[in-house]
Amino acid sequence: MEDKIAIPQNGNQFDISALNLYYGNFHALKQIDMKIEKNKITALIGPSGCGKSTFLKTLNRMNDLVENVRIEGTIRMDGRDIYRDMDSIELRHRVGMVFQQPNPFPKSVYDNVAYGPRIHGIRRKHQLDEIVERSLRQAAIWDELKDRLHKSAMGLSGGQQQRLCIARTLAVEPDIILMDEPTSALDPISTSKIEDLALELKKNYTIIIVTHNMQQAVRVSDDTAFFLLGEVVEKGNTEKLFSLPSDSRTEDYITGRFG
Amino acid sequence: MRDQYEKQLKQLKEELVRMGELCEKAIGEAAKALDEGNLKRAKEVMEADGEIDRMEKDIESLCLKLLLQQQPVAGDLRQISAALKMITDMERIGDQAADIAEIIQSGKMTEGKVLAEIGKMARSAAGMVNQSVSAYVKGDRELAKRVIAEDDIVDRFFDQIKDELISSIAAGRGDGSRAIDQIMIAKYLERIGDHATNIAEWVEYSITGIHQSEELL
Repeated sequence: MEDKIAIPQNGNQFDISALNLYYGNFHALKQIDMKIEKNKITALIGPSGCGKSTFLKTLNRMNDLVENVRIEGTIRMDGRDIYRDMDSIELRHRVGMVFQQPNPFPKSVYDNVAYGPRIHGIRRKHQLDEIVERSLRQAAIWDELKDRLHKSAMGLSGGQQQRLCIARTLAVEPDIILMDEPTSALDPISTSKIEDLALELKKNYTIIIVTHNMQQAVRVSDDTAFFLLGEVVEKGNTEKLFSLPSDSRTEDYITGRFG
Repeated sequence: MRDQYEKQLKQLKEELVRMGELCEKAIGEAAKALDEGNLKRAKEVMEADGEIDRMEKDIESLCLKLLLQQQPVAGDLRQISAALKMITDMERIGDQAADIAEIIQSGKMTEGKVLAEIGKMARSAAGMVNQSVSAYVKGDRELAKRVIAEDDIVDRFFDQIKDELISSIAAGRGDGSRAIDQIMIAKYLERIGDHATNIAEWVEYSITGIHQSEELL
């Protein structure tokens, strides 16, 4: 954790080149070249089925488990090829993920957050206590949960469960957090808590977020990539993309005239 | 798709055209009143300014509704924000046409000849207003640029009128207060040219995202 704060992080977290992904005969991602900058929030937008979630999952190799999947091209994380120079356990340690539906384990709040560190061999109680508190604080939910650490996570509200899942992700000290529509199941107040949290977390993490909510992309992201039919039509500065998109397909999509 | 939205955007353009027409008409009518020494016509110009003011409020309200309800982005955002800026200049143009009419009403402008350049200057300024709004509706960047260039012609008319009035006063011809009224009218027309230029610059922004050579976002 300390080294993350001490070292100024600039440059590219991911450097993706000529990425193609096939599900059987279906060409789901087409020749994607993209750089994703460190300590920034990158939003992935596009209509359903355009490949944005598939793309997100290539970044922590979640697609490896899908049958008949074929992936070509390279994805470098800090210069290392994540498909060739790294095993998936190391990769997923560094690349955490938060899903659309909050998915806490049917365990206590404490055990949810301590789960990852325990798997990584941390057993000492005081060390786990520290990690749990730090992660819940980072996820802006410590004050709400500090007196219920040993109660079941299933009793929390949706918004609290989602922040707990973010805390669980943070507990293993990743560098990158992938978020797949993290607020689509939440009410506006919980949504704005998650958005504020993302803005806070980007100081120390690189965040990539899939969202169907254009205004959310505008509010939280630094860069936006627009996906369509497996291609990246346009990627760039979010304010620029939403005020003066360079491709008419982007304009049609974000103004709701698509189709 | 997004029928209500498309309807509101169309309405915005129509109302801007209507407001532009009212401004153009006010300038033309003021020039005519001056030319004819027609006090009644001048009074009508002053009264018509209320309608321009009302239109500004209506369009403002429509733009705010669009921002609130539709959360526009990209070209729509630029068009709506440009419209909000444009109507401020249009409202000022209406005021200045009414100011000209007021001079005609209160001064001695009904007697004797008025410099022919004032009429030409008024036509040029009214044309700028018309074309700036037309450039917005058509998304015609070249036309917007022509409006901006036209402002130099309006400015030259102003200098010409000023020079003529100075020399006629120096030569002891004509009456001083008439000369002052004429220079004030010319100054109002010159300001109208500036406002039309502002409008055309916002039209350029709505098309290109660049306002006076600067990207705003």
